[in-house]
Amino acid sequence: MSLLSVDVAVIGAGAAGMSASVALAGLGLQVVLLDEQGSPGGQIYRGITLAPLSRRDMLGPDYAHGHTLAQALAASTVRYEKGAAVWQVTREHKVTYLRDGRLQTVQARAVLLATGAMERPFPIPGWTLPGVMSAGAAQILLKSSGLAPAEPVVLAGCGPLLYLLGWQYLRAGVQIKALVDTTRPEDYWRARRHLFAALRAWPYLRKGLDLMRSLRSAGIAHYTGAEQLAVEGSEAASALTFSVGGKAQRVATRCVLLHQGVVPNIQFSQSLRARHHWDENQLCFSPVSDAWGQLDVPGIYVAGDGAGIGGAQAAALQGKLAALGIASRLGRLSDAERERQAAPLRTGLEANLRIRPFLDAVYQAKEENRIPADEVMVCRCEEVSAGELRKFVALGCAGPNQAKAFGRCGMGPCQGRMCGLTVTEVIAKARGVSAGEVGYYRIRPPIKPITLGELAGE
Amino acid sequence: MLVIGGGIHGLSTAFHLARRGVAVTVLEADYCGRHASGVNAGGVRTLGRHIEEIPLALSSRALWHELKHTVGDDGGFVPSGQLKLAENPAELEQCRQRVQQLQTLGFEHEVLIDQQAVFEIIPTVARHVVGGIWVKDDGYAVPYKTVTAFRLAAEKLGVRVHESAPAQRIEQSGSLWKVTTPGGVFSAEHLVVTAGAWARELAAQVGEAVPAHPEGLMLMVTHRVAPFCAPVLGATGRSLSFKQFANGTVVIGGKLIGSLDFPARHGEVDMTRLGTSARTVTDLFPHLKHLGVNRVWAGVEAFTADDLPVIGPSRKASNLSYSFGFCGSGFQMGPGTGKRLAQQILGEHSEISLDAFAVDRFDAASPAPTPVFQPATTIPHH
Amino acid sequence: MRTDPLFKPVASEVSSTRTVALTFNDQPLSVPAGSSVAAALLMSGISRLRATPVSESPRAPYCMMGVCFECLVEIDGVPNRQSCLIEVREGMRIRSQEGARDLIFQPVNVQTLEVPS
Repeated sequence: MSLLSVDVAVIGAGAAGMSASVALAGLGLQVVLLDEQGSPGGQIYRGITLAPLSRRDMLGPDYAHGHTLAQALAASTVRYEKGAAVWQVTREHKVTYLRDGRLQTVQARAVLLATGAMERPFPIPGWTLPGVMSAGAAQILLKSSGLAPAEPVVLAGCGPLLYLLGWQYLRAGVQIKALVDTTRPEDYWRARRHLFAALRAWPYLRKGLDLMRSLRSAGIAHYTGAEQLAVEGSEAASALTFSVGGKAQRVATRCVLLHQGVVPNIQFSQSLRARHHWDENQLCFSPVSDAWGQLDVPGIYVAGDGAGIGGAQAAALQGKLAALGIASRLGRLSDAERERQAAPLRTGLEANLRIRPFLDAVYQAKEENRIPADEVMVCRCEEVSAGELRKFVALGCAGPNQAKAFGRCGMGPCQGRMCGLTVTEVIAKARGVSAGEVGYYRIRPPIKPITLGELAGE
Repeated sequence: MLVIGGGIHGLSTAFHLARRGVAVTVLEADYCGRHASGVNAGGVRTLGRHIEEIPLALSSRALWHELKHTVGDDGGFVPSGQLKLAENPAELEQCRQRVQQLQTLGFEHEVLIDQQAVFEIIPTVARHVVGGIWVKDDGYAVPYKTVTAFRLAAEKLGVRVHESAPAQRIEQSGSLWKVTTPGGVFSAEHLVVTAGAWARELAAQVGEAVPAHPEGLMLMVTHRVAPFCAPVLGATGRSLSFKQFANGTVVIGGKLIGSLDFPARHGEVDMTRLGTSARTVTDLFPHLKHLGVNRVWAGVEAFTADDLPVIGPSRKASNLSYSFGFCGSGFQMGPGTGKRLAQQILGEHSEISLDAFAVDRFDAASPAPTPVFQPATTIPHH
Repeated sequence: MRTDPLFKPVASEVSSTRTVALTFNDQPLSVPAGSSVAAALLMSGISRLRATPVSESPRAPYCMMGVCFECLVEIDGVPNRQSCLIEVREGMRIRSQEGARDLIFQPVNVQTLEVPS
């Protein structure tokens, strides 16, 4: 096992990780940037350095923006380690990862977690069937391999990513059979108090409206206020069923793409036992951090969607702010200089986040799609249903950690990533307490899988 | 009566007291089975026990075999047998001496077996193994399931369990013990402290200094793998506790000390120690090289200076009993110790002596028990 | 089992000049170099990658970003590899994992190992 000493270890080469790394290197710090993928970009700019120009053009200007960041990274002194699966970060800033089957350790003076977001679980009947994927997964296939559904596809759920994918599919000439939107007209009405702030973020709002308009004008069947979503099929998906205004609907398809927003990926911040809070608007846990992204664990910082959902541009700005905070902590920057450089970043960040309350309110995932009926599979790995979870609660199971012991819920290979939020909310509802009180799984290493042979150093 | 600590010892004691008609309240700092009792490796092992522990461990084992009948749930107990492997002739000789010593003392449960017998029990083990000690009536259980079974059985008998109720202060006032928790003060005539790693601090409040310290013991669990090993395994020359559960996952431990954040009640994983442990496993089962480790964790447990638990009455205060400091080997002892302690508190007769576990044995005045054959590194822990 | 591919390259994609040959359950496939194993399988008409060890229900890639662990396959004899995170390589032997009966186990290789020091 080799040991490397650096000033800062950054985990995740997405928008936040790339911009922070470049900024840190620019401040004269020695940086190692660890990322699991084979090329930088994270999920939002997935494959940005490899995508041919035609693909970049089809994906739109927001995606192409990632190229600037990746170029800055390539031109910097940052030591970028691709294919690095980090499996432990300690409170003492030691980072252990696997690369090409070998264990590596980095001892850093500060660690920045820039592990981004993941899609909120979408537990409905049939969501485990082949042919059902998240919209984010389909978008990754498009970005990294130029692949799209071969037959007319059904997009279901809500949220900007779902509509963006639809727009990208239209540009690429992919047939969309239906957009099954869980958003109800009254959701816009409910979000009206955030509209003023959203109007101040007009470019974002207009972009969204343009997406919706182009989807409508393409003549795609657009159902709104869809309820009771379920995927039909025994060995693979054959149709999506749902109801609109009490009327049952069925759309036959082999490919259903689900999405209802993204949530912070908190595996590392949880495993470090940092304080987290339940975000009532975004309905997820986020780590609690100071103005520079530092957690209540000294020297551990978080930036980007992993700190709370803000999108790619906000993530890049947060990355730069965290870089200033870290540089100051490591004695590279005076407090005054830190504040001076931070001021424009904060202004930019504020402008960037103005649209969020509106988006969070309009596209809040529906309760029936977060806290499912008894027969729906919650833990996909160990195949624990919502009904079984409710039985555990009746036996005295007060939180997700007991659920693991009661029925292996969250104990499979994904280590609770795909069920954590659902388990928290199902238990909270069954007990009649808040999700914040119920809490989340205790996350333990290895954050990424490791074999006995690799651990043994064979 | 009041019991502080909702682990297997507290709940078993409460259960056995309630069975005898005593009104019991259990105070648990977090939730029942949160620490060592609920997150240990689940070994139900009499094999390799300290001589002083053997009678109690054997009586406890009898209770394990009838757990379903007594508490209404078997706790996932599987009488798979336990096997301690000898990897070379010198280790086999150590095993032989151990079995001989036990036989001299009248204990027949540990049996020396040769290489062929080992291969018959585990056909998949590496061929360098030369023999071992076999205990066929030992096995394993599912810790949290067992703790929950005791909790539910105790509650059925009227025991009241208060979770998230950490005992901050204990004091005797008149004929009553008063226990202060953030949620209020509880009182009872008799107090039982079964608070594991946190018991020492409570004992100190009544002026009883116990040389015990907390440690974080690490365990790892793998992805599922096809059945290849029925019994629980230990090793003679190195630290190992190894078992495959019915669902295919393999739990690997063996007194692996991690780092501890005691104020935060958290044991942390130390990966260098895990590497050694992983190597032991791949040495013994080369085909597991590609098996993925799914999760590593550490439970917090109390260790005493002489590797024996403290069980019995306080010497400093009346109507106060202890049961803690099991040094990572207490899970198997839970059913039997709870029963024995209940008997002692109620003045019932038992053949099983608790003298070796007296809380005042560490005092300079009383001579330390003579060390017997029990190389600490070779005892697979629970 | 192969069916009509669930995913195919969009019209504007220039077909890849470099391909690699690999096998899935012994069946030869030719896929574009640079793709992930999961993407390569999806575009080759393989949309079911495994059966779960619990109930043997069929599963396929769900998240494509290393989170869901649904795309686990055996690659070159090593089980439980996340196929969405691994790039295809020439000669790769990929196998589906068929539930509990397919959990890794090779009967012990009877050999006298050195006694570890």
